[in-house]
Amino acid sequence: MDVLRRLRGTNNEGVLALVLLGLIVAMSIANPTFFTLNTGFSILRSSIVPVIFALGVLIVVITGGIDVSFAAIAIFAGYSTVSFCLTAGFDPGLPGIFAIAIGVGVALGFINGIVIARFNLPTLIVTLGTQGVFFGAMYTYVGATYFADLPGSMAALATSNLFDVTTDTGRAYLHVLVVPVILLCLAVGWVLKRTMFGRSLYAIGGDIEAARRAGFQVQRTQVSVYMLVGALAAIAGVIHIVLSRSANPRDLVGGELDIIAAVILGGAAIFGGRGSVLGTVLGVLLVQVIKNSLLLVGVPSAWLRTAVGVLLVVGVGIQAIAAHRDARRTRVIQDLDTDLKKEQELV
Amino acid sequence: MSARGINKNFGGVPALADVSIDLIPGEVHCLAGENGCGKSTLIKIISGAERPDSGEIIIDGVSFAQINAHAAIQGGIQVIYQDFSLFPNLTVAENIVLTAEVAVGRRLYAPASIRPRAEAILQELDIDLDLDREVGTLSVADKQLTAICRALVNDARAIIMDEPTTALTHTEVSRLFALVERLRTRGVALMFVSHKLEEVLAISQRLTIMRSGRQVVSGPTADFDQRSISSYMTGREVDDSRVVSELDVNAPLALEVTNLSLAGAYRDISFGLHKGEILGVTGLLGSGRTEIAESLFGVEVADEGQIRVAGEVVAIRSIQDAVAAGLGYVPEDRLSQGLFLDKSIADNIVAASLQSHRTRWGMLSRTQTAATIKRFFVGLKINARNADAPVRTLSGGNAQRVVLAKWLATEPTVLMLNGPTVGVDIGSKEEILELLRVEAAKGMSVIIISDDAPELVAACHRVLVIKNGRLTHVLEGDQISVDTIQERMSA
Repeated sequence: MDVLRRLRGTNNEGVLALVLLGLIVAMSIANPTFFTLNTGFSILRSSIVPVIFALGVLIVVITGGIDVSFAAIAIFAGYSTVSFCLTAGFDPGLPGIFAIAIGVGVALGFINGIVIARFNLPTLIVTLGTQGVFFGAMYTYVGATYFADLPGSMAALATSNLFDVTTDTGRAYLHVLVVPVILLCLAVGWVLKRTMFGRSLYAIGGDIEAARRAGFQVQRTQVSVYMLVGALAAIAGVIHIVLSRSANPRDLVGGELDIIAAVILGGAAIFGGRGSVLGTVLGVLLVQVIKNSLLLVGVPSAWLRTAVGVLLVVGVGIQAIAAHRDARRTRVIQDLDTDLKKEQELV
Repeated sequence: MSARGINKNFGGVPALADVSIDLIPGEVHCLAGENGCGKSTLIKIISGAERPDSGEIIIDGVSFAQINAHAAIQGGIQVIYQDFSLFPNLTVAENIVLTAEVAVGRRLYAPASIRPRAEAILQELDIDLDLDREVGTLSVADKQLTAICRALVNDARAIIMDEPTTALTHTEVSRLFALVERLRTRGVALMFVSHKLEEVLAISQRLTIMRSGRQVVSGPTADFDQRSISSYMTGREVDDSRVVSELDVNAPLALEVTNLSLAGAYRDISFGLHKGEILGVTGLLGSGRTEIAESLFGVEVADEGQIRVAGEVVAIRSIQDAVAAGLGYVPEDRLSQGLFLDKSIADNIVAASLQSHRTRWGMLSRTQTAATIKRFFVGLKINARNADAPVRTLSGGNAQRVVLAKWLATEPTVLMLNGPTVGVDIGSKEEILELLRVEAAKGMSVIIISDDAPELVAACHRVLVIKNGRLTHVLEGDQISVDTIQERMSA
């Protein structure tokens, strides 16, 4: 029983892994071309950017908030960095490019954080508003030109693979950027589990008033959270541009649904206080595999958004039903507790 | 720790006026007073959650004009709030240790070092708790134990408990008192906030009584008895005399409930309510008293059982069903559940009875609504400049009258009131009870759900006692006294 519970995980990660595994097996039986290194690597490649986004969304969701401006921050940071490098005609190298982009992302995240924490406004509405503001500001001040050529260092990164294998179905490439994503996951996981900052996120998500009374610096933490999301979004933005080998200001915005659905499916509670990196990564993979397999079985791509939307509603629905059931169970437990005590007293 | 000359105003209304209090190690200091007398505000100021307008807080000889939550915890002050302020999504061990980690300004968090510290506290206090369970799944008493452990892990030298016994059963209360005694011998200064007289006398060495923001009296508990405490608390000799009309034994049943059950809340509840009767329903917090009323009003639909209103069987599956059957309900938390705070008194009064103010064409009749509003605004002596003032600006007693007016306007067969005088001043309290007596005499049946024994004694023909979700006693006539009610409720 205990082993089972451990396998299931605190946020149902085990169940999710099982669903993912089941899906992969089912797809492989239905369509043999699915179960190849090729597909595997390409799903991993397409998961790189969503995973980074999802880490950011996870952090916000744990505190009980939601951020829908991350895609706008990502493209703002990534695109304006590329635009700046190309128009100024110099290449600061990869560390330089990431540093500039992260700086921009953190600044934009700071705006979100200050507005939300200082004026205590609903996070969804604020980030919905800033999403528009950031996007519009980028068009107005940075431009809307499509850059087909990237600075040299980025272009070089675009074609670097960790390794490539020749299989009977063709060559399979594993992109080198998988490595920093894994490192980021480990880092965020460590922050959440092993730092007071991480624990304070769960505390705030659990009960914000209690967190205040316990002496947590709630406002400061909230601002830091949105700055961190900004930084993660900026990294994702640059990586997206690298992977697509061009800088298109119209990319990313509009794809928030996939990310939020993945995080919620991954067991993060939309009411805050729950969520893990492992669950989130599984959630992203699940969404990517479902999208991929729907394409393979011939579902028109127009239906993909519908499928993801359904997943989001199912994910939230499961949480709501579970919460309702738990509430009932606590009442029954209390009932039994008092009954038990009474019996003990009688004895 | 001492607080000296604390003043605090809320929007021009004084909540605290020149209050001073000392907490001495190894002593239990009781802070007593009625609801709304400023006890909670004082606690919030001492714990740093609110800023005083003037006055000082002295910890170990260091004076603070105001204090923040962080400094208070570092000064060794711990508050156990009525709602415990725990994190439901974290484990017991984390809840116990986390605030101490915040207080010392730690940056990293080592799960492995948490457990032994939590275990040590449990052993020291001889408490049995599952450290790995999530706090959200614990019973109320266990949550309270967790909160006490948390206070001690922070090296608390002064622990303030805000109404710690409200949700506890009798045995749990005695266990808590034993624990308090043990803490006291360890040299911890305790402040125990309560309005239950016998508890105050049993547990404390020193007593401070507050009334409407003022400190009325302070001194050793031995100098007081129940009678003097209650007269200090209310500011007059308490008149909890019973004023109950003679009930016509042949009056028809307005409401008849048979074997009503809701899993996890209450079981097999059966009772009848006569026309013109005032029936009290009492029990501890969490005993099921509120759930029964909510089921009758269709908020939490009952699993089983039958409800008859005026002899007719009615199926109550929603609030609409209940209103249609002639039931009215004034909820416990009237601010969030019973009123439209930003709307005017007038709008609130007619909010539930719009159907009966229709003209022939289905429009709202202005003359009719105006008549109703005037009738209740004057009749219930709602104290406001005019009926257009928003309800938010009213005091507790007046807000309660508006909720009452709203339901009286629907002319219900049965009106249920949950904690009708919570947060209401003494004067209004009596007037509200008198109002109910008058309405009952006119033929309305009233159910008062309350744990305020004097109020039940003052107004009810009969009192039902609910314990652990079951109807355990029906008190009638001479059996209805403050002592019997309290005894039956918690025994």
